[in-house]
Amino acid sequence: MEPDFSTINPQVYSVTDLTAYIRAILESNENLANVWVSGEISNLSRPSSGHIYFTLKDASASLRCVIWREQARHLSAALRDGMAVEAHGTISVYEQGGQYQLYVDGLRAAGEGLLYQEFLRLKAKLEAEGLFDEERKRPLPRLPKVIGVVTSATGAAFQDILNTLRVRCPLVEVVLSPVPVQGEAAPVLIAAAVEALNYSVNPDVIIIGRGGGSLEDLWAFNDERVVRAVAASKAPVISGVGHETDFTLTDFAADLRAPTPTGAAVLAVPDIADLNTELRSFSLQLSLLAESGIDEKRYELSENAHRLESLSPRWQVRQGMQRLDDLSLRLATGIKTNLRTEMARLVFIGGRLAVLDPQNVLRRGYALVRDASGALVASILKVKLGQTVNVLLQDGSFDTSVKEIKK
Amino acid sequence: MPKSPASVQDLSYEQALAELEALLSTLEGESRDLEGTMAMFERGKALIARCQELLEKADLKVKQLTADGEIIDLEEQD
Repeated sequence: MEPDFSTINPQVYSVTDLTAYIRAILESNENLANVWVSGEISNLSRPSSGHIYFTLKDASASLRCVIWREQARHLSAALRDGMAVEAHGTISVYEQGGQYQLYVDGLRAAGEGLLYQEFLRLKAKLEAEGLFDEERKRPLPRLPKVIGVVTSATGAAFQDILNTLRVRCPLVEVVLSPVPVQGEAAPVLIAAAVEALNYSVNPDVIIIGRGGGSLEDLWAFNDERVVRAVAASKAPVISGVGHETDFTLTDFAADLRAPTPTGAAVLAVPDIADLNTELRSFSLQLSLLAESGIDEKRYELSENAHRLESLSPRWQVRQGMQRLDDLSLRLATGIKTNLRTEMARLVFIGGRLAVLDPQNVLRRGYALVRDASGALVASILKVKLGQTVNVLLQDGSFDTSVKEIKK
Repeated sequence: MPKSPASVQDLSYEQALAELEALLSTLEGESRDLEGTMAMFERGKALIARCQELLEKADLKVKQLTADGEIIDLEEQD
């Protein structure tokens, strides 16, 4: 279409305005804001700024790409020209260069997508078989004696495990079954090592693991043969593969999954400090139980001593003596009581005698009459007229003669 | 308690601990003569001392299972 030059005042944009307009259109498209692109890396450039620049190409097109320094730090794959990759990011415009490009925030080697598909397929298959069921998980021994380890003899993972066990619980014995943890032969050898440990060593627990790496590096632990060997292990298995964020099928089949090899060693044994604490509490418990046992016996003993005492001759004698004391006390009391009674009677009798005392009668004004011979004259029949009688009063006596006798 | 208890020096940590736990629950349970209580107390003390000794002396043993099924000491590279 030919432009119409006759227009007097056409709408004319500056380059900056137009570029901003194009950028706004690209950035507002949802598909372009979240896109995966596959291609081959070329023109790779890593200036000192830390950002990474390259071009993704396929047979008939190319796309400029940028990875900012912050994202570049988290890349696991080492990039190089000619590498087939899948990049994820956002399409936007580099305005100064007048170029649209992919701002990459994630990147993986091509084929990892396929590996992941394979991972999901195998996981579903084994899951359906029940290999990952919770009911299959066996409890770990509280304090294992022998720990089997399946990892590389030269890897950092094995040293991490040994260092952790040495600090945490050096009581245990470690038996390593050395294996390559990546490469073609790894799965068969890892599976065989798990079987061999169970067969030859019969450990209380097995740690299987390796240090961190790319998805491909960890791939042996997603191998069906390894997963089946772990599930079939007689000894419970703790897996510690890669880093916190890595999950392998071995992790699902293991009785316990640890985030790292070090973590697996921590989960395998109790802390020696806790064992010491436990011993101290047992020691206290033992003392208390023994003491209460002895106290019980002491009480029984004193009970029995009492019973024995009551059966002994000495006890009988003491009993007899006490009874004697008792009786003599009662006797003494009885005698005293009797004496008192007698005395009271005597006083009473004395009182009555006193009443009968003639002197007392005389004191009251009565007189006692006797004849010349001194015999008491108690009747008029005992006297004759003219007879001399003696009259006794309280303070003396006089003689008188009988003048008249009346009746 | 076993009829003729093994010398504590021959017991592993797990064995000593297992016997100690059994002994404590027996001691908790039934009552027995004084001699029996004292004997169990002495045995318990010996078991605890054995466990403490093993914890103090513990030194991680590292071995390797060879391809032909032998267990050999492993030379460690530091």
